[in-house]
Amino acid sequence: MLVRERITSTGIHAVLIAYSMLALFPLVLIVINSLKSKKAIFRDPTGLPVGEAFSWKGYASVLTNSDFPLYFGNSLIVTCVSLFLILLFGAMASHALSEYRFPGDTFLGLYLILGIMVPIRLGTVALLQLVVDLNLANTLTALILVYTAQGLPIAIFIFTEFLKSVSREIKDSARIDGLSEYRIFFEVVVPLVRPVIATVAVFSMIPIWNDLCFPLILSPGEETRTVTLGVQQFIGQYTVNWGAVLASLSVAILPVLIMYVIFSKQLIRGITSGAVKG
Amino acid sequence: MATLELSGIRKSFGAVEVIHGMDLQVKDGELIVFVGPSGCGKSTMLRMIAGLEKVTAGEISIAGKRVDHLPPAHRGIAMVFQSYALYPHKNVRGNLGFALKHAGVPQKEIDQRVNTAAEILELDPLMDRKPKELSGGQRQRVAIGRAIVREPDVFLFDEPLSNLDAALRVHMRVEILKLHQRLGSTMVYVTHDQVEAMTLADRIVVFRDGQVEQVGTPLELYRDPVNTFVAGFIGSPAMNFLQADGNGHSVQLAGAQVCESNAAAGKLQLGIRPEHLTLNEDGPLKGRVSVFEHLGGESFVHLVLPDEQTLIAKLDGEYSFVPGEKCTLAIKPAHCHLFDMQGQKLGDKVRAIDAA
Ligand SMILES: Nc1ncnc2c1ncn2[C@@H]1O[C@H](COP(=O)(O)OP(=O)(O)O)[C@@H](O)[C@H]1O
Ligand SMILES: [Mg+2]
Repeated sequence: MLVRERITSTGIHAVLIAYSMLALFPLVLIVINSLKSKKAIFRDPTGLPVGEAFSWKGYASVLTNSDFPLYFGNSLIVTCVSLFLILLFGAMASHALSEYRFPGDTFLGLYLILGIMVPIRLGTVALLQLVVDLNLANTLTALILVYTAQGLPIAIFIFTEFLKSVSREIKDSARIDGLSEYRIFFEVVVPLVRPVIATVAVFSMIPIWNDLCFPLILSPGEETRTVTLGVQQFIGQYTVNWGAVLASLSVAILPVLIMYVIFSKQLIRGITSGAVKG
Repeated sequence: MATLELSGIRKSFGAVEVIHGMDLQVKDGELIVFVGPSGCGKSTMLRMIAGLEKVTAGEISIAGKRVDHLPPAHRGIAMVFQSYALYPHKNVRGNLGFALKHAGVPQKEIDQRVNTAAEILELDPLMDRKPKELSGGQRQRVAIGRAIVREPDVFLFDEPLSNLDAALRVHMRVEILKLHQRLGSTMVYVTHDQVEAMTLADRIVVFRDGQVEQVGTPLELYRDPVNTFVAGFIGSPAMNFLQADGNGHSVQLAGAQVCESNAAAGKLQLGIRPEHLTLNEDGPLKGRVSVFEHLGGESFVHLVLPDEQTLIAKLDGEYSFVPGEKCTLAIKPAHCHLFDMQGQKLGDKVRAIDAA
């Protein structure tokens, strides 16, 4: 029995380790090659950046010869503001949908969630037209609005499920204590679903940070480029500055990584617990 | 301190009416218990008093002031819930003081009221703990403390003990009774447990399907139930109901005359509580034992009468029977209840035939 358990456990771990290696391999490849000279990258793509192969050149050109810090800042602004709006509006809408009964609530709930099934990219042309008409072309605002719209359906979908499981009595108890509906949401409900908020935050952030499509279409201007778009400048028609491309990609991984580290404990709890318990 | 008046209360959820018109006057300082099977509308009624549900029709007054248009916080009530409903991210002190802090009460007074409540409920050693670090009984004490600090006119309890284990439930029941004696406040207490209702209540309101069946002191309900529902609900084990025949002045059961009443005519139901039966060779109820349960201090005999009706009798622990054995019971005088076939009480004067 014990032996069998051990074999099972070893098997599971072997699969997990194999999967992790598969998933991490491209990342590791990017990071080690970003620290190598161009020649070394091509001579030995999987070699470690030691001795002659080592070079800071990629990072140097990213940080000095380009507007990379600007792009990085743009990406950060767009991602953080969109994320904030998605979490705020997503959680509030879900709270309303799960807490209050009003005419048309089912319809509204379905309408808000419909966006999961209809990819926002289908409407790219109409979106571009709208953005131009609103004079928002080449602004970060355009990106923020689009990403918020893109992220809301799935956020509302996840939040609604969890907010439904928040005990009714605790909200009623706050009502008797005299809290307004807004304060019930912010002071009672939000602290109860913090793990879910972290989960939604991570899931919503990654597609926004990594997106290339909308920055390219809506705000390709020099001032409003995001990191993913900015990287393209190192990819010329005839030559590609691989060191710089890989270095900027490595730097671009950082915020996602930091965010994950911050939220990971909450994230795991959010995914595994399933229920929100007091 | 305050009275509570309900008049003509009705409640519908959509097209379904769940409370069908309720009137009740609760006196100042009274502990009133709503009791009834689950789903009969007790919680809904309590939530309407609290202001968590709107009334569909009717008026609610607390301390002589009409409140049914006021939000919960302005009604002068405090409520204790079945699931305790503590704020999980606040410690005990934070939970106790939250409502006062929100209402803008000065910190000094908050501290004083919180400390008083903590002392009453013996929460002092727990003040810095979070709810998840407390046992069920301790959590319920905090929930009650949270109600006390608000110094409400009326306390509302919705099945506060049903999440606790049996021993703790008995203990907390006594605590609530002591609390009521100490504070002297008006309290409305909801439960589906008739033992809780009997031990706590000044008066009991028996609910069934959104309607009040009977209101009275525990003893009134026990001694003089108006129908079979109340008779069966109050008292444990439940009252025996037997099909019997009346002939205008006495009641016949399985060929024997068991009691006298002028109201008894035609088919009727005879109600006898298990504790009102005694062993007596000359008694009118002759039958065979089907099951015998011994609980030490007392015992229960399940008796099958010649016409196949069964009844339970509660006897002292000194007796012992084996299934199939013959057994004869008498009814203690003045403890027969007569109901018509619809379950309504028949007549007032019922006298058991003395076994002589
Ligand atoms: N929010 C609601 N919407 C629809 N029906 C409800 C709602 N709350 C309670 N009910 C119904 O009202 C009836 C009484 O419920 P409740 O007051 O909770 O009963 P009790 O507390 O006596 O067990 C039940 O049939 C229940 O289904
Ligand atoms: Mg209930």
